Amino acid sequence: MRYSGLSILRNALSGQKHWAPAWREPAPKPQYDVIIIGGGGHGLATAWYLARNHGITNVAVLERSYLGAGNSGRNTTIVRSNYHIAGNEPFYAHSLKLWEGLEQDLNYNVMMSQRGVLNLCHSDGQFDFYARRGNAMRLHGEDAVLIDREAVRGFAPYLNFRDERFPIRGGLLQPRGGTARHDAVVWGYARAADSRGVDLIQNCEVTGFRIENGRVRGVETTRGYIGAGKVGMAVAGRTSEVARMAGLRLPIESQVLQAFVTEGLKPLLPSVITYGMGHFYISQSDKGGLVFGGDIDFYNSYAARGNLPMVEHVMEAGMAMMPMIGRARVLRSWGGIADMTMDGSPIIDRTPVEGLFLDGGWCYGGFKATPASGWAFAHLLATGESHETARAFRLDRFATGHVLDEEGTGAQPNRH
Amino acid sequence: MSRLASGGLVDRSRRLSFTFDGRRLSGHPGDTLASALLANGVRLVGRSFKYHRPRGIFSAGSEEPNALMEIGVGARRTPNTRATRVMLTEGLVARSQNAWPSPAFDLMAVNDLAAPLLGAGFYYKTFMWPKSFWERVYEPLIRRAAGLGRLAGQDDPDVYDQAFAHADLLVIGAGPAGLMAALEAGEAGARVILADEDFTLGGRLNAETAPLAGAAPHAWAAHTVARLSAMPNVTLMPRTTVFGAYDGGMYGAVQEVAGHLAAPPEGCPRETHWRIRAQAAVLCAGAIERPVAFPGNDRPGVMLASALRSYITRFGVAPGQRVAVFTNNDDGWRTAQAVEAAGLTLAALIDSREGVSPPTLSGRVITGAVVTDTAGRRGLTGLTLRAGSRTEQLAVDCLAVSGGWNPTLHLTAHLGGRPEWDPGLAAFVPSAAHVPGLRVAGAAAGVFTTAGALAGGQAAAAEALAELGRTAPGLPLPEAEDMPPRLTPLWAVPARGRAWVDLQNDVTTKDIATARDEAFGAPEHLKRYTTLGMATDQGKTGNVLALGVLGALTGRGPEEVGTTTFRPPYTPVTLAALAGRHARGAFQPVREAPSNALARARGAPMIEAGLWKRAAYFPQAGDTSWRDACDREVGFVREAVGVSDVSTLGKIEITGPDAAALLDRVYTGTFSTLAPGRVRYGVMLREDGFVFDDGTTACLGPGHYVMTTTTANAGPVLRHLEFCLQVLWPELDAVCASVTEGWAQFAVAGPKGRALLERVVAEDVSDAAFPFMACGSVSVAGVPGRLFRISFSGERAWEIAVPSGHGDALARLLAEEAEALGGGLYGMEALNVLRIEKGHVTGAELHGRTTAFDCGFAKMMSSKKDYIGRAGAARPGLNGPERAQLVGVKPVDPGAKLLAGAKFLNRGAEAVAAEEQGDLTSVCHSPVLGHMIGLGFVVNGRARRGEVIRMVDLLRGADIEVEICAPHFVDPEGERLRG
Amino acid sequence: MRIPCPLCGERDLREFTPWGDAALMHRPGFDAGPEAAHAYLHLRENPAGPHRELSYHELGCAAWLVVTRNTLTHEVMGAALAGEGAEGGA
Repeated sequence: MRYSGLSILRNALSGQKHWAPAWREPAPKPQYDVIIIGGGGHGLATAWYLARNHGITNVAVLERSYLGAGNSGRNTTIVRSNYHIAGNEPFYAHSLKLWEGLEQDLNYNVMMSQRGVLNLCHSDGQFDFYARRGNAMRLHGEDAVLIDREAVRGFAPYLNFRDERFPIRGGLLQPRGGTARHDAVVWGYARAADSRGVDLIQNCEVTGFRIENGRVRGVETTRGYIGAGKVGMAVAGRTSEVARMAGLRLPIESQVLQAFVTEGLKPLLPSVITYGMGHFYISQSDKGGLVFGGDIDFYNSYAARGNLPMVEHVMEAGMAMMPMIGRARVLRSWGGIADMTMDGSPIIDRTPVEGLFLDGGWCYGGFKATPASGWAFAHLLATGESHETARAFRLDRFATGHVLDEEGTGAQPNRH
Repeated sequence: MSRLASGGLVDRSRRLSFTFDGRRLSGHPGDTLASALLANGVRLVGRSFKYHRPRGIFSAGSEEPNALMEIGVGARRTPNTRATRVMLTEGLVARSQNAWPSPAFDLMAVNDLAAPLLGAGFYYKTFMWPKSFWERVYEPLIRRAAGLGRLAGQDDPDVYDQAFAHADLLVIGAGPAGLMAALEAGEAGARVILADEDFTLGGRLNAETAPLAGAAPHAWAAHTVARLSAMPNVTLMPRTTVFGAYDGGMYGAVQEVAGHLAAPPEGCPRETHWRIRAQAAVLCAGAIERPVAFPGNDRPGVMLASALRSYITRFGVAPGQRVAVFTNNDDGWRTAQAVEAAGLTLAALIDSREGVSPPTLSGRVITGAVVTDTAGRRGLTGLTLRAGSRTEQLAVDCLAVSGGWNPTLHLTAHLGGRPEWDPGLAAFVPSAAHVPGLRVAGAAAGVFTTAGALAGGQAAAAEALAELGRTAPGLPLPEAEDMPPRLTPLWAVPARGRAWVDLQNDVTTKDIATARDEAFGAPEHLKRYTTLGMATDQGKTGNVLALGVLGALTGRGPEEVGTTTFRPPYTPVTLAALAGRHARGAFQPVREAPSNALARARGAPMIEAGLWKRAAYFPQAGDTSWRDACDREVGFVREAVGVSDVSTLGKIEITGPDAAALLDRVYTGTFSTLAPGRVRYGVMLREDGFVFDDGTTACLGPGHYVMTTTTANAGPVLRHLEFCLQVLWPELDAVCASVTEGWAQFAVAGPKGRALLERVVAEDVSDAAFPFMACGSVSVAGVPGRLFRISFSGERAWEIAVPSGHGDALARLLAEEAEALGGGLYGMEALNVLRIEKGHVTGAELHGRTTAFDCGFAKMMSSKKDYIGRAGAARPGLNGPERAQLVGVKPVDPGAKLLAGAKFLNRGAEAVAAEEQGDLTSVCHSPVLGHMIGLGFVVNGRARRGEVIRMVDLLRGADIEVEICAPHFVDPEGERLRG
Repeated sequence: MRIPCPLCGERDLREFTPWGDAALMHRPGFDAGPEAAHAYLHLRENPAGPHRELSYHELGCAAWLVVTRNTLTHEVMGAALAGEGAEGGA
C-alpha cells in the first residue's frame, strides 16, 4: 500500500488498523533467478534495483536473522561523498544523488537530512590534503568548501577554540552530506522490494553452496536447499565466512567498530563533525541523541562488541573537540563488524566461481554506500558487467596493484 | 506535606533546602531528590517524550523512566538526571525538562491530541511531501520537540579521572547477597571491592521491614558495612555504578566522587571512571520490579509497588494518602502491609489472581480483579477496577503496581550471554555461561528471598575463593525472611484505552500490536520501529513487559519471542568521566623538542608535528608577516649559517653482526657496503611496494648503525624493524632500539657552517677530515656527541647531536654562534622552503600512495637482492606512464600564486575528473628565485618537463598556467653541499 | 582483554598493537613469484572462531607475539613469541 496523506488520515481515524504489513513473510521457493545472501541495506537495495532497473523480480533475499540485523542497524548513519581517489569518488557521488531522491523512490521516509559534514584539520599539511580532496570532489561534480579557522568558528562555535591540544586549522565542508535514519533505509528498501515480488526470507542462514563444474547452482540453508541462476553475497561482517563456503579466500580481515549514543538532548549540533587528530565523528539524531564513534578496535573480531581502550579514546577525542558535551551521558554502546579490505575500499565484482558475485569489504563505510552499492551490484548481477561507477572495485586489483588506498596505509587492514 | 510522622533512614534533625522549578522546598539528609519531592507533595515532575503526557515519580531506583531533571546551574547544569538517584544536598537546584512553559501547563501536550496520528512508525510514512520540506520544515520542528534536557552549552568546569583498580573479588551490588559475599571474601583475606550505585549501602534491606537477624534489616546492613569498612583488604565504593563487563575480567565503573555535590571541592574530580580488573566477580544487582500494562497506567501517582515501599520504609514519605495496590504476586501484599503500617489508607489490595489468600488487612482485599482505567488530569484521582463482570470505581491518589520482578542481569549479557526464560519465576534469568569469572547471586539470579540472597552471596564468594586458592570461612548466616513470592503472570489487562509499556517514549500496547501487524514483530524490529526500550532507562521496566505483551498477541511465551540485547552501559555514563583528564589541551601528551624553551623565549610560534611541537619561525621586530621571518631564515642559511632543531626525527640504533644484512633487507638500496664513518640515504618500502619512509643511516662502527626516520614514522619504522628481526628473520643477529628522545640533534646549514662548528667541536671538520656524508664522534664543549655531514636543506650542512639533557644548552650555544656569524635559528617554515627548493620530498609527497618509481627513486631499487616491498613494487599498477610522477612546477606568471592541494589540467581541458593530470602537493615562495615554486605529481611528468599546464583550484577559485620542471630548483648538481 | 606476554606476564590489551593474521610470518622470497607475493600480501585467514594473530607489545617489551584468540568470544587461549615458540617457519 502507498503511504500518502490520505492513508495516514484514514488510519488515524480508524485506530491504525488499516496498515498493510511492510512485507510478506514467504516460504522459500525451490528456485530463483537470483538469490541475494544478506538482508541488510546493501542486499535489500540490490533486490530493489534488480526489480526497478532490470525488471528481475524472481529474487530471494536470504537473511540469517532479522532484516537489518547487521551493520545496517549498527552504524552512525553518516552520508557523504568526500573521497579523493578517482576510483572511489564517482561511486559515492552517485550514492549521494540516489540518497537525495530516496524517499520519493521508495515511498518511505528514511529521514535523509543534508545538514552538512565538516572534517576538521589541525595542521598546514592536513589543510593541503583537504584542499586536494575537496578539489577532487569538485572535479567529480560534488560540493566541497574549504574553510579556515575563523569560518569553522562561525559554522560551529560550540567547538573547542581555547586550550586546544591540536588547534583547529580549518576544515573541509560538504554541505550536501548529512545523516539518514539507518533502520528506515533497511525497511524502505525491504518494503519496496517486497512490493515488486521479491521474497524476503528471514531466519534463513546459508550453510553452503552447491557448485557444479565451477558454477554455482544454489545454496544450502537452514530452511533447505534453494536453487538459483545467480547468487550475490552482500554479507558485510561475515564476508570471509560466507565466501569460504564457496572455497574463496579474500583480502579481508574483520574488525569490530564501536559506536555510541547519548541520552536525548535538546538540539545543539546541527551538522556532522569529524575531528582530525584521533578518530572521532559526531552528529545529533532527530530524537536528540548524540551519535558518535571513532576507530575500529584494531583486533580481529566477530563479536560485535568492543573494549574500554577504544571507548576511552573516542570519548577523549570528543572531549578534545567539543568539551561542552562532557555532561551528556552515554546511553548505549554497540559494535559492528567491519570487513576491512587490504586497501580500505570495497569489492563489487564477479568471483572465480561462475554465477557467484561479491559485494563486500565495506570496511567502516558501508552505510552511505547503500544505494549505489545496491544499484551497482544489481547491474552486475543483471548484466554480468561492472557498473560504470564501480569499475575500480575489482577483486583482482590487489594482485595487479591498482589499489584504492584513501588512507595510504597499505595492505594492513586495521590501519585503514 | 507527605512526610510520615516517623520512620525512615533520614536524619530528621537536619533540614536541607533545595529548589524545584524555582520553588523552595526542603528535605533531610538521607533523602533522594525524588523522596524529598514526594515529601513536599510534588507529584507532577515532567512530561513524556512524544505525547508530553504528565509524568510522576515511578520508581525509587536507577530504572526511573519519568523523573528526569536538569540539576545544577550554569556550566554545571546536568540534564536527564534521575531524581531517584540524586542524593539530596543543601542548595540543590532541580528543574523539570521537556515541558514548556512548565510541567503543569505544557504547550507541547498538543501532541497528545494528535496521538491517533502519531502511532508506531508514523515518521516513516509521512513528511515526504513536498520533497524539499523535510529539511526545511518538518525536521526542524521534530528536532525542537524532541530531545529531553538541555546541555549547558558551556565547557564543563569540573575535572574527571580515569583510574585502575585490582581486586581478587569484585562484588557488584551491596544488598543482602552482595554484603554477604563481601563479608565472606573479606574475612578470607581476599582483596575485595564492593561497589553499589546507591549512596547508602544495603540495597533492598533499607526498604524492607521483615526482620533480619532478629532486627530491622537496615540495622544488619549498617552493622555489616561497618564490619567491612574495618577490613583493610576491603574497599567499599558507594555511589559507584559498575556499568559494563568487558573481556578478560575487566569491568568499567563510574564513581560519583563529588557528583552528588553542587560543585566538587578544590582538586577533587567530579567523577572517576574505574577500570576494575577482577580475578572473580559476583553480580548481586538485585531485581527490578515490572509494571502491568493497563489503560491509564501512566498517570502521576501510579508507581511500582516496591518503590512505594521504599518511600515509606527508607525515606518515611507517603507518596499518597489513599493507596491501592494492584498485584499479580505475593510481594504486592507486603506493599499493602507497609501502607497500613505507615498509617495510610489502603483503599484496596487488588490481586489479579483468583483463589489466593492475602494476609488480613484493614483495607479491602479484592482477588481475581484487575485495574481497567484511571482518572485524574495531572495526577491520579481514582481508578476503575473489574472483578469478574463487576466494575467499580475507587478514589485513590496513589496506585502501587507489581507485575513481578526481573533479575538485574544486564552485565551477564554484555559479552554476548543470552538470558533464559524461567517459566517458574516468569522471568529471564542469567544463562549458564555468560561472562567468564562472573557469578550471579541473590535476586539477580532469580532468588527472591532474603535468606536465599544471603546464602547465594556467600556460596558465590566461597566458589570464587576456592578458585583463588583461599579457604572460605563459612560464616554463620543470619536468620532471614524465606518466603519466595508466588506469581501468576499478567502482562496487559484486557481493556479499552491506551496502556503504556514504555512510559518515557510513549509506547503503548497498541503500538506493539500495530508494529506486529506491520511485520515488525521480531523483538529488535519492535524496539527499533516503536522506540520501545530506547529511552534513557533502556527499557528497565518496560522491555520484559513488552515481550510478554508481544507473546500474548501471538500466543507465544516470552521464551519464544526472544529478547533484545543488553549493551553497556548499564546506566548512562557521562562522556567526561570516560575521558578523564584527557580532555581539551590534555587530550594527548605533548612532545617538546629540546630547543623549544629557547624557541618560545624567542617568540617562535609552535606548529604541530604529530605529538611534537616545533618552532615555525623566529619573528623579529619589524616583521610584517611570517614570510619576512621565513625569507630571512632561508636567506641566512643560503648566505651564512642557520641552526634548526631536528631532534624530532626518529633515531634508531641498530647493532649486531647482522645489522647490515637487516638494512639491506629493509632499504631498497644496499647498505652492507657502507663503511664505518659514512652515511647513506635510503628509501624503505612497505611490503606492498609503496614508499614507507626515507632517511639516512650512519655507520658508526662495525655492526653499529644509527638510522634516522621521518618524524611521523619513528614508531612505525621501529615496529617494522622489530617485525623483520623477530618474525621474518629471527636468525639475524641484530638488535634495534629507539634513541629518538636520547639525542638532541641540530642541523647546522650554510656556507659559514664550518666556521660555526669549529667554535663548537674540538675535532677537525675540514672537508678532508669530514667530507660530505661522513659521520663520527665529536666532543662538544667536553660532552661526547655525534656529527653527521648530511643536508636536508641543500646547503653545506651538518647535523650535530648530543645527549638530550644537553640539548637546550647546545641550542643556545649554536644560536649565539650562528648569530655572531650573521645567521641564526630557523624554523619549520624555512626548513620547508629549503627542502622544496632542493626538491626533497616529505610526508606531503610520501603519503603512502606514491611509489619509488613515482618519486624518481627507481635507480635506488637494487636488482641484486630481495628487500621488503620488492615484489609488491613490481606489480603493474605501481608502474607505468599512467602514474603521476614527481615534478617541480613554477608559475608562468612569476607573480602568480601556487596552492597546495590544487589539481593539474592540460591547457584547454574542461575541469572534470577525467581530465585530471595530477596534483600539487607542496608550495612555497622561493626567496632565491623570487617567485613561488611547487612540487607535485603529474601523469608521465618526467617526460613533460618544459610543458605548460594549468593549476586549477576549484575551492579557492584559481586557474593559472604553470611550467613543469625538474624538482630541483636550487643547486641541482649539489655543488653547494659539497663545496 | 588480557594477553599473556611470554616475557612480561599477563598484560592489558591497551599495551598491544594487534597486527592481524599470523600468516604474515611466512614471507615468500622474491623469487617465489607474483602469485605467492599476492597471496602473502593480501589473502588472509579470517575465521569466526579460534584465530592466530600477530600482536606487538608496543607499550611493553617490544616483542612480537602470536596470540591465539577466539574472534567470536574474545577468549585468549595463549600467546607465544612470534619468532620462536610460534614455530617461526611452519
